[in-house]
Amino acid sequence: MIETFLNLEIIQAAWPIVLAGLRNTVLLSLLVVPLGLLGGLILALMASAKHPAIRYPLMAWVDFFRAFPPLVLLILLFAGLPFAGLELGGFVCVAVAFFLNTGAYYGEILRAGIDSVPAGQLEAARSTGLSRLQAMAYVVLPQAVRNVLPDLLSNTLEVVKLTSLGSVVAVPELLYQARQAQSLTYSPTPIVVAALIYFAMLWPVVRLLSRLENRALAGR
Amino acid sequence: MSRWEQFTDTFFNGRVMAKYLPDILSGVVVTIELAVLVVVTGIAAGLVLALLRSLGVRPLNWLIIGVVDLFRSLPPLVVIVLIYFGLPSAGLSPSGFVATWLSLALVQMAFSEEIFWAGITSVARGQWEAARSTGLSFGQTLMSVVLPQAVRLTIPPLTNRTIAITKGTALGTVVAVTEILGQASSAMSNSYNPSPLMLGAAAYLVLFFPVVVAARWVETKFAWKR
Repeated sequence: MIETFLNLEIIQAAWPIVLAGLRNTVLLSLLVVPLGLLGGLILALMASAKHPAIRYPLMAWVDFFRAFPPLVLLILLFAGLPFAGLELGGFVCVAVAFFLNTGAYYGEILRAGIDSVPAGQLEAARSTGLSRLQAMAYVVLPQAVRNVLPDLLSNTLEVVKLTSLGSVVAVPELLYQARQAQSLTYSPTPIVVAALIYFAMLWPVVRLLSRLENRALAGR
Repeated sequence: MSRWEQFTDTFFNGRVMAKYLPDILSGVVVTIELAVLVVVTGIAAGLVLALLRSLGVRPLNWLIIGVVDLFRSLPPLVVIVLIYFGLPSAGLSPSGFVATWLSLALVQMAFSEEIFWAGITSVARGQWEAARSTGLSFGQTLMSVVLPQAVRLTIPPLTNRTIAITKGTALGTVVAVTEILGQASSAMSNSYNPSPLMLGAAAYLVLFFPVVVAARWVETKFAWKR
């Protein structure tokens, strides 16, 4: 059994390939997490305007991407757009899809965070002479982020896990590289190794989240 | 042909859509089957694990926490690939459908257990003690006092997570499950036209948009009144 699923020789042979994938997964995450956060921040700030003409279209936008599987979005960009004469390549498609998809999720979380800060905070800040943007940036957002920190962290974990979708459009991240190594070696060992790497990388985050979530529930 | 006509002829070609509509519809059926199976088995398994954990048997709890953490850390696509391409080496060859179902159900189980457990622990200790002191057994207390309160707490996070996981049925296309995305992709390569993909995308929206809206409603209904 160990011979098949954790073969040392194959691990040695596949290691450089898998390691290159790990590097790309980390790089990809470092790109798409800030990108999604930026998209979410834009959405949340727009939603804080509270005007129905802005709020309802935004809600529809967010719900649209909550209903739309990220893989379908990715395939739509990767395989659909070339028919309109636009070939973006796997990497750019992943970046755009994540900006749209995870941006909607981050936006929803940040909006809830902003809503959780009492209106008096914004009013007090504005009355001291801060502009609306300054009041948001220095007074409301720091409190909002703190209130929804577990949700932000949980979404970030999901985003990092989601980078594995890149393998479908030939982005050479961890899963893609592992599957390449698997087809070279005719052995499931590289995929098991990739799974172990994901686990080692993300398990501490999962543990931390468990504690944060339990504390949040216990505190109520 | 104007540019607009060219665009609609490429992306919303009525003839191509009509031809592949039956394929997409059969994909819809597979997606629904898969989603229902995942949700029912995953949530049931998660509930069972959470109840077992409440018994407080140390080694058993470590095992449960280990399994739950594992499937919370692994990307669902990795689990699917592992089961589909890995298990044959152990002499088991699950179909793409079974591999996807099993993987997503395990992920759903892990998240549900965590959410149910958080719900159970959040019910104040005094509730347990009061119920037990009135003469209810452990099982009766759990079923009639603790769970009704816990489930109410867990509904909003559970609906969100469940939507995210059922959307993952699209991942089945990687292991040749003939669900919506799989059908749409093969129709696209057969017809050299992206219209089936647009049709598939529309099918996902028709399926999931009402669920998301319903979830929003449930969330506000069950929201914590502070």
